[in-house]
Amino acid sequence: MIDGALGGPGTQEYLLEAREMQAMSFAVHIPLVCFGIAFPAMVVFLEGLWLRTGDPLYKALAKRWSKAMLILFAIGVVTGTILSFEMGLLWPEFMATFGDVFGLAFGIEGFSFFMEAIFIAIYVYGWDRLPPRVHIAVGFPVILAGFAGSLNVIAVNGWMNQPTGFSIRNGEVVDVEPITALFNSNLWHELTHMYLAGFMVAGFMVASVYGYAWLRGRRDRRHLTGLVVALSFAALVAPVQLLVGDWSARTVAERQPIKLAALEGLKETEKGAPFEVGGGIEIPKALSLLAFHDPDATVRGLDTVPEEDQPPTGIVKLSFRAMVAIGTGLAALGVWFVWMWWRRGRLPRTLWFHRALVAAGPLSVVALIAGWVTTEVGRQPWVVYEVMRTEDAVTGASGIPVGFAALGLVYVALAAIAYVMLRRLARKPFEVEA
Amino acid sequence: MLADLAMAVTLVGVTAYVVLGGADFGAGFWDLTAGGAKRGAPVRAMIKRAMAPVWEANHVWLIFVLVMLWTAFPEAFGALTSTLAIPLFLAALGIVLRGGAFALKGEAGTIAEARALGATFALSSVLVPFFLGTSAGAIAAGEVPLGNAAGDAWGSWTGTLPIFVGLLAVVTGAHLAAVFLGADSQRAGQPELVHAFRRRALGSGVVAGALAIAGLVVVNSEAPDLYDGLTSGAGLACVIGSAAAGLATLALEWRERFEVARYSAAAAVAAIVAGWAFAQEPYLLPPDVTVQEAAASDAVLTALLIAAGLGMALLVPALVWLFRLALSGRLAYEEEPRP
Repeated sequence: MIDGALGGPGTQEYLLEAREMQAMSFAVHIPLVCFGIAFPAMVVFLEGLWLRTGDPLYKALAKRWSKAMLILFAIGVVTGTILSFEMGLLWPEFMATFGDVFGLAFGIEGFSFFMEAIFIAIYVYGWDRLPPRVHIAVGFPVILAGFAGSLNVIAVNGWMNQPTGFSIRNGEVVDVEPITALFNSNLWHELTHMYLAGFMVAGFMVASVYGYAWLRGRRDRRHLTGLVVALSFAALVAPVQLLVGDWSARTVAERQPIKLAALEGLKETEKGAPFEVGGGIEIPKALSLLAFHDPDATVRGLDTVPEEDQPPTGIVKLSFRAMVAIGTGLAALGVWFVWMWWRRGRLPRTLWFHRALVAAGPLSVVALIAGWVTTEVGRQPWVVYEVMRTEDAVTGASGIPVGFAALGLVYVALAAIAYVMLRRLARKPFEVEA
Repeated sequence: MLADLAMAVTLVGVTAYVVLGGADFGAGFWDLTAGGAKRGAPVRAMIKRAMAPVWEANHVWLIFVLVMLWTAFPEAFGALTSTLAIPLFLAALGIVLRGGAFALKGEAGTIAEARALGATFALSSVLVPFFLGTSAGAIAAGEVPLGNAAGDAWGSWTGTLPIFVGLLAVVTGAHLAAVFLGADSQRAGQPELVHAFRRRALGSGVVAGALAIAGLVVVNSEAPDLYDGLTSGAGLACVIGSAAAGLATLALEWRERFEVARYSAAAAVAAIVAGWAFAQEPYLLPPDVTVQEAAASDAVLTALLIAAGLGMALLVPALVWLFRLALSGRLAYEEEPRP
């Protein structure tokens, strides 16, 4: 346990608003991150198809997608900037106490961000200006930078859940080992989970748009190609995500038993704990089986820690279920598509498949946010797990509700801007070179 | 030693952001003052063309500075962000609005939409450097004590010196932008725009120079220690260097040698940043907190500096390539249909 290095916030009556403001900013930014992770790979894949087949449709589609990619990247740049500012504006005690411990990760992330910004600009503004092979090569640093960026940001989140690489002596953080903190043991499962989520969200969102076009009768080759490429990425990843999710859940069960108890709303410790599907229906021993791969394993309950150390269970439990349910549905949709494509070489023709696709995009975003709510709220009341309380990390400055409201309005304006720009782009004449 | 090195790397980031990011904000200032829809169209088109491929990369310098500060000087960072929460938050909001409005500019469907977006872009372009400038001024004025929101939430950045630095940030950004855009217009072979930016460069250059001189008077009365630093030793050398580079820039602008003026104008600004650093040395948050005291442990600084060194080795060639492509007009740019 440690208090803030700056001497504490005194009283901050708007701690909850500060957390909500931070949550809002993450919820706005994280879907954009997904496009940063996955869209470049999808666009480069299309460009590769063009280079291999010489079919100009692929090029036209890649060009069109790359413009949408740049719009989303620009919005991600500014919403990401808000997050960097909020780290200090809302949580100065957290930064003052631990900024040096996890800062290295953000330092590397900063350079990834640089590379992404540079090469995405060259890529998008370089169509027809650079030789085709140079142009596609420029796409790879963008993909790599997206990966490196997520690795480093996730490293910080993994560290917050499993703080390592420092000691506490006399209430001070000492013996900082930045490399140990960076490569904490949560990094790998969280990174894999988030990286795949990026492909699911970007893939299903794009497929969703084309699914809608299909329902509206636009079923030409351009729309079908867009749909199949985007959906292929998402559909291949979605089933794998179930396994990674299981890996994540088991890691949580082992390292953060109280978070697991919150996921399940398990008040008391139980041996052979059941899993509550919802509406009071329980599957006997299923929780023990899921969490530890042993039906008779003992699962710790919330009551093993004092009440002030327990996370809020309602929202955590609900978010976890939402994520799992949607994720399972998306995996099923992906399997349906892959099966049809493999056996019949075509898309399912039923209206319901395309309706499901339209829903899949927004639902994948819901699952993404629900997943982050699960892990972030599930970590409460700690900002640094079992080391620093969120209430000790917050700023002592006043005016949080005013900032919260102002930022909310700005995000509404930004959402409107993004929507208008993407609509305009979609309406531009689609030119396939002869 | 390591702490000073980390500070130096941070200041490289600050300088890059003030020059490159500052010029992007300054471009917004000229957008604001370009005149009516028809008369201002060529100036606005040149701004869009010059900024579109590079503004995101230029913006990343700000993130770089934030990350360097919170990793190498975490307690000072927490003190800064909590005491200066208001100007920093306003700057952050301005960055969002500017990015959004810039992306959408030229996509407007009606004149009214175009005006609203243009005004948002231009106004936020002025407000961001102003608020970041006042924050820097608050540090220089010794208004940011160590602690969680320990300084005055309003008084810390609304004194004469902070407001003055805010204005200086706006004007130097505008000057840099005029010089850069003048050079871009020359490369694009648009002599009328070259003349237009020559006028703007000379005008803003004279104002910036006058403000800088007036600034010494303000510093003398508001922050005597800082004044001593600026008028002796390395600080004085930087002040003289900045003045010389500024005068050279004016002469180059007069003769429309914009390509060279890019560098002298940037040098004049870089010298101001360096002069401030030397004058304030050894303090990070005057009057009490030194760079040494505020620094993280050697293990952290070493890891960070190695990462920064490796990062720069990747970054610099990539940036050079981007700027080469952008400046030589080899990156595509679509003339947006006018409403």
